[in-house]
Amino acid sequence: MAFSAKTKGAYQKQLSDIKEAGLFKEERFIHAPQAPDIEVEFPIGSSLKKVINICANNYLGLSSHPDVIKAAHEGLDHRGYGMSSVRFICGTQDIHRELEDRVTEFLGTEATILFPSCMDANAGVFEAVLTGDDVMISDRLVHASIIDGMRLCGAQHDTFKHSNMEHLESKLQEFADKRLRVVITDGVFSMDGDTAKLDEIVALAEKYDAMVFCDDSHASGFIGKTGRGTHEKCGVMGKMDIITTTFGKALGGASGGCVSGRKEIVEMCRQKARPYLFSNTIAPVIVSGVLKVLEILSASTERRDKLESNSEYWRKGLTEAGFIIKEGDTPIVPVMLFNAKLSQDISRTLYEDGVYAMGFFFPVVAKGQARIRTQLSAAHEKHHLDKALDAFTKAGKKFEILHKTKEEIIERYGM
Amino acid sequence: MEEMHKNVLDYVKREYLDDDQEIGLDSPLISSGIVDSFSMVSLKRFLEKKYSISIPDDKATPEAFDTVNKICVLVHEFNKK
Repeated sequence: MAFSAKTKGAYQKQLSDIKEAGLFKEERFIHAPQAPDIEVEFPIGSSLKKVINICANNYLGLSSHPDVIKAAHEGLDHRGYGMSSVRFICGTQDIHRELEDRVTEFLGTEATILFPSCMDANAGVFEAVLTGDDVMISDRLVHASIIDGMRLCGAQHDTFKHSNMEHLESKLQEFADKRLRVVITDGVFSMDGDTAKLDEIVALAEKYDAMVFCDDSHASGFIGKTGRGTHEKCGVMGKMDIITTTFGKALGGASGGCVSGRKEIVEMCRQKARPYLFSNTIAPVIVSGVLKVLEILSASTERRDKLESNSEYWRKGLTEAGFIIKEGDTPIVPVMLFNAKLSQDISRTLYEDGVYAMGFFFPVVAKGQARIRTQLSAAHEKHHLDKALDAFTKAGKKFEILHKTKEEIIERYGM
Repeated sequence: MEEMHKNVLDYVKREYLDDDQEIGLDSPLISSGIVDSFSMVSLKRFLEKKYSISIPDDKATPEAFDTVNKICVLVHEFNKK
């Protein structure tokens, strides 16, 4: 038998070790569409609890928008449920081409290719466009999906200290003899909520003849004056060689992703990227929804403006309450707790008080850097934020962490 | 401190630490997360170039690279060969 008692025992031991280390994750079951107000079943089998959701990537509040849902319904009616095919065989509809063109316009690039997810885009792009003669130089805090994609690629790899331009420059100098160089970064870093210095990265890349790759999944739709992304904010639109982003966050929240950038890069992906060649095409219903999202965002900046003001209000509220938060101006606001168990205990306390926010700990973030990552939405109203701030303050008082330094919190709770 | 220990410690500090961080010769590097798996590759490259050695992949383990002292033991092993 393949799954012997010995094999079973080995896995049970690993799972038990995870629990003992306080690192076990449990799902909560939401009996509602995604929104600031949701009903949750947790623990399993319990009665539903009404809570405020402050940990979704629903930055623009479009995940359950009636116009997006209506457009998705029309997509189902006019283009069916599934294509049962990869793109290049018989999985490309006119609406896939239309979405690629709309994304190209929105991001200000030369061309775009869709992928089933941004995870797939990141998994496929490096291997498709780089060889063993090239080098990837990545920021040390890039997303896990980029790390996985780089592992699949035969190019050499090195890293630079997070957002440290001097260190990046030293790496570009070190690898001057490589055929191609590519600097790799997130646009907005998903765990810390800070923004890449894309203008400085582009300047260095131009100086040392390197391409620039940016995963803008936590920026597309709302960062920059018109929500085009980190490159808009940093004044380098038109200078990005490779952007990857997701439609599973601000841009509707369903699924799907893309590579967008130089037309040659996109064409190489179309010819060689494995997730594109071997994974099913994005369903018509999703494509239709994203097209409507882009139409909404191109017509008005109202949503990204509201998100920006919600983020300012939230950051100010948490700081005044006495929490340690990571500095930044994005809607990702990590509340730093350092200790994994503390982050879970506070998350549970918040939940009891009607606020849904999850603790993040190793291996999602480095050991000793546990946090509750809060994320704002344009759909949050002031009453949501005020109630959530009250709950956070109450929890902070209960665990005696308000107006304490990092060292004081670690001394009390450990790392 | 031997010169090799100083060189390796200086490299690790320069390459992986922020200005306000301090480590010693026995501070855990890999197991603490200071040096991750990608960074281990560039550390191995630095050692091979600096000391004109070749470290086989099966010897370049997280355990062997976990402290400056252990790294120097490994380099000495391949320096002699």
